[in-house]
Order: sequence, then structure tokens, then C-alpha cells
Amino acid sequence: MNRESRLAEIVADHKGREGPLLPILHDVQAEFGCIDAGAEAVIAHALNLSRAEVHGVVSFYHDFRSQADPRPVVQICRAEACQSRGVEAMIEAAEAAACANGLERVRLKAVYCLGLCSVGPAARVGDMLHARLNEAALVNLVEQA
Amino acid sequence: MNEGTIRVRIADDALALACGADAVADAFAAASCAVERVSSWGMHWLEPLVEIDGLGFGPATPGDVAAILGGTSDKAIGRIADHPFIAQQQRLTFVRAGITRPLSLDDYQSTGGWSGLRRARGLSPVQVVAEVTQSGLRGRGGAGFPAGIKWQTVASAPGERKFIVCNADEGDSGTFADRMLMEGDPFQLIEGMAIAAYAVGAGRGYIYVRSEYPHAIAKLNAAIALASAIIAPFAIEVRVGAGAYVCGEETSLLNSIEGKRGEVRAKPPLPALEGLFGCPTVVNNVLTLAAIPHLLSEGGAALYSALGIDRSKGTMPIQLAGNIKHGGLFETAFGISLRELVYDFGGGTASGRPVKAVQVGGPLGAYIHTDQFDLPFDYEAYAAADALIGHGGLVVFDDSADMGKLARFAMEFCAVESCGKCTPCRIGSTRGVELIDRIRKPALAADAVAALPQMHNAKSGPRSRDEDIVLLEDLCETMKYGSLCALGGFTPYPVLSALKHWPEDFG
Repeated sequence: MNRESRLAEIVADHKGREGPLLPILHDVQAEFGCIDAGAEAVIAHALNLSRAEVHGVVSFYHDFRSQADPRPVVQICRAEACQSRGVEAMIEAAEAAACANGLERVRLKAVYCLGLCSVGPAARVGDMLHARLNEAALVNLVEQA
Repeated sequence: MNEGTIRVRIADDALALACGADAVADAFAAASCAVERVSSWGMHWLEPLVEIDGLGFGPATPGDVAAILGGTSDKAIGRIADHPFIAQQQRLTFVRAGITRPLSLDDYQSTGGWSGLRRARGLSPVQVVAEVTQSGLRGRGGAGFPAGIKWQTVASAPGERKFIVCNADEGDSGTFADRMLMEGDPFQLIEGMAIAAYAVGAGRGYIYVRSEYPHAIAKLNAAIALASAIIAPFAIEVRVGAGAYVCGEETSLLNSIEGKRGEVRAKPPLPALEGLFGCPTVVNNVLTLAAIPHLLSEGGAALYSALGIDRSKGTMPIQLAGNIKHGGLFETAFGISLRELVYDFGGGTASGRPVKAVQVGGPLGAYIHTDQFDLPFDYEAYAAADALIGHGGLVVFDDSADMGKLARFAMEFCAVESCGKCTPCRIGSTRGVELIDRIRKPALAADAVAALPQMHNAKSGPRSRDEDIVLLEDLCETMKYGSLCALGGFTPYPVLSALKHWPEDFG
């Protein structure tokens, strides 16, 4: 299925809902890795919104991106509970592990709370969660991502 | 099941999985045991916790399986229900934690499930609201607004359509009770929403869950599908957030469901009168709605209001988190002291070092000094001490914590997560970061903003450290009283409490 028809299909899936924009954006982000200007225009037209309105929503939320990034992502919790369990001291090693040949091979993303506050430091790769990380475990996680 | 097959119970919530519960479950299955996946007891330092005939073993690894089955494991903790951490709690909302399979309607039914809804439907909606009011239940999201009064407002508001919205955007660091409830006992939340719908005359409900909780989203969707006939004609839909902390604020949450930027709305109008899609809407936290089925059981409201102290009635699921030895979920009646929570039940710090501070109520809550550890867990007592209970999360810090850095982080977090609608929060948070930096590392030059030509009233030379502190306090006051919502309005709590109790950490 080409891009246009898949996009149209996603919009059609949710158009009957009240407040369909966020569910549509989630699916587009999951399918294409981003919500670019072209997708915004299609969605705006289908929902009778201006592209500015759709872009305003896309740019508001941390989960949505306007450009795809093919790199694997490791989300590391940097909130207070994981700070109290020592996550900040591991970040430098994780950043070093994310680089290969001077390029950032893995994207490290700060996340504020994964709800694992009693067993931090915690990280998320895809839908897999990891807890009780020490520096070696976090570095390993980044290298395997 | 063959006779003699050993039945092993292991939690399948996100925390147990993150600690390796699946590998342990697989190892028991490979050893010909019947593995049952249940909710978590909430003793997180023991996860993955294995239960066989009521006896617990944890934290278990696949390597422990042979010893556990052979009766020689050194990870045995005895009867789980008798463990002091469990035995000293008073669990009403989390009464099924560790006991039932989250998606088993049979388990739910056999532990009293749906009896609150059945009884509520036998009463008039007015009576249901009256019982909730009588129970004294206050909103568990943080604001502590009486649930019954909110329901009364929605019930009596004019409107063809009304909504029940469950706020499951649990973004506060140090909190996980909503997640545990949604993953461990989703039917209880659904039942609570159905009772609310009956009481106020709503036809549709939404659960707004943060995208950081994929396991909760999956469990809720499965549970809603299983329970749809029971709660009909009421219908519930899960909506997924998109990584914005501010969407835990009720009006930005409503905007987000509507498909807008998650910006805060000015109040009035109250959501109870003009909420989702402009209709009267009950917006309640997960824990508020999950407390409802118990309240509506026979005599439940009276029992609830008999617990707690002063105007803080009933029980609170308190979350012990951060640098704490025995972290987990501790549900108990209001009135308990931090000293008991942190030392008696939490066992002190995980690192073994002395406790320095406890942040109560998430990133917007005050840092509490050990001198204040006798403060009773109570909405009004905390407010009087310039602190808040919030969603009941405790984050413990040991003596290695740098409180100046944490105060800076509070401002930085506010800057990252601000929705941008009001100036004190949007700009004040960034100015706050700059100010704390200057206080911690005094600069000799005048700051860049003060040197702008339009700032002709500003002091011409560099400010002293004391002047910067006065300015920070002034900024905090502006944020506290001038912000539209709690994000900008409460960020001063962690900043000022850190400054007050640990001035030595500010350079």
C-alpha cells in the first residue's frame, strides 16, 4: 500500500470519533516515524482544520516528530526518583555508549517518569522496560539498542 | 491441572516485568509448574515476587527456581499476607493487589466485584451522590476537592450530554499507584466510572492514559472489552497522551482529548459545567474513581468516613519511592507520619546513608526536612506547612543529594513542560533557572536581561547573592499567585523549601 492510501486509511479509521486528531497522529507517527508537513496537510483537510492548527498540535507534544529519525531510541528516566537513585552519574557513560565512530548511533531521550520510581534507575526501549540499572547495565542496554 | 502440579503466582505488571518477571515465570513453567499471572502485592524491593501456597520468595531470578521448589531457597519471606509491610496496611482501593488475575472477570466477581455498581443501580442517582459526599472522599489527583460536591455540580448541570473523564496521566515522579491500579485491577476503575456515570447521568467516559504506560493501556483496553456488557449502556474509551506532563492538569487534559494543544483553560467555567466538548464533565483521578465501588458497597461510605483525620477521610495509597529500602505501595488511613512511612515501613534509604530530604507530592511538591517528619499525612496539615500531599508519592533522598541542583531541576522541569499559555510559568521558569545558577555561582557581570535598554529600572551593576535570593523569592511569589494552573503555581514549593531548609546547598 502506498503512503497516501495508508494515510487516508488511518484518517478514515478515526474520523468517526469525537476528537479524532490525537489518535490519528499517534497512528501516523507509529506508521511513518514522523508527522511531516505533507501528512499535516492531508489530516488538516480531512478534519476541516487549518494546517497551522494541526502543526500546532504536532509541535506541542513531545511524542510527535516532524522529521523521521531512524536511529534506535533509549528513553532514560531523569526525574527526581531516578535522580535519587543515581541516574545522573550514569548519563555520561550512556552518552559515550550511544556514539560509534563519532556518530550518535542511538538516540538517548530523557523521559520524566516511567512509573518505576521504587526500582530505578529505569529505562524504556520500545515497549520493554528495564529497572534497577547500574552503569554497566545501562551501557549494555544502549549498545544492544 | 494435574493433581500435584504446583501453582505458582507471579505478577505481570510493568514493574515486575521490568525486574525480569517473565524470565522467572518461564523458568517455573519449564519446571512443570502451573504459572498464574496476578497483580503485584506492591512490595517492589521483592519483585519479581513468587507466591506458592501463600508463601513468598523474592526477589527471584530464574536461577532460584530449583531452590524455591526444593524448599531450600534463602529468598523465602514466609506468608506474604503476614509480612509486616502488608499486615500493617489498611487496603481498601488495593484490596485485590497480589490476589487476583487482572483480567479475570471470575476473580473480580468472586472478590466482591460489581456489588457496588449493583447496589448503586438500586438507589436513585441522588442517593448515590449523597453517599459519596457522606464518605468524605476527596479527589486523589492532588487538589483534594470533595468528590461528592463535584458530582453534585455535574448531576444538576443542564445538558443533554455529560461525560466521565478519568485522569490517568500520572506524570509525577515518585507515583505509580494509578499504574498499579490500571494494570492490577482495571475492573475496579471501570466499575467506579460506571457508578459515576449512573450518578450524574453520563453516557460516555474516557480514560486519558499517558503514553509512557503501554502496559496499562493494553490492560484497560482488554478489560473494557470484557466488561462492556456489564456497564452498558455506559461506554468507555481509552485515550492515549503524547508525552506532555501538563496534560495531567484537568483542563489541558480535556483539550488534549478534544484534539487540541494541551493548553490550560482559564477557570471559570468549571469543567463540571463546561468540560469535554463543552458539556458538563466529571474529571476524577484513577484513585478517586477506584475508591467508589467500595464506598457504594453496603455501609462502605460510613466505614470510609470513619477512617482518617479531620477533613482527610478514608485511606490514601501512598507510594514509597526513590532512595528507599522498602519501596512500594502502602495504603493506609490519613494521619500517618513521614517518620513511620520512611523509617518504620520504608526501612530508611536503599543506599544505607542518612535521609536528607523527602519530596512529597511529585515534582511540584515541597522538599521536607527530617525535622518535619512528625507532620501527619493530611491535606490541611501539609498546606499549613507550605507543602502538599499531591498524589501521595514520596521520593526519599540521602545525604548525597544536592538540594540546590534539585531546586534548579524543578524550575527546568517547569520550563520544559510548561504549556506556554500563561507568562509566570512560561517565562518565570526560565528566569528561575538563570537566577538559581547565579545564586549558586555568583557572576560578576550584570545579567543579560537586566542589561537590556528597556530594563531602565533595573540595578545598573551586578546584583549581590542576597539580592538574587530576594529576586528568586519574588519570582516564586509571582509564579505561585499568577499562574493559571498548578504547574507554574506549585513549582515554587520545591524551590523555596530547598532554599529554606538547605541554604548551604545554594553556593
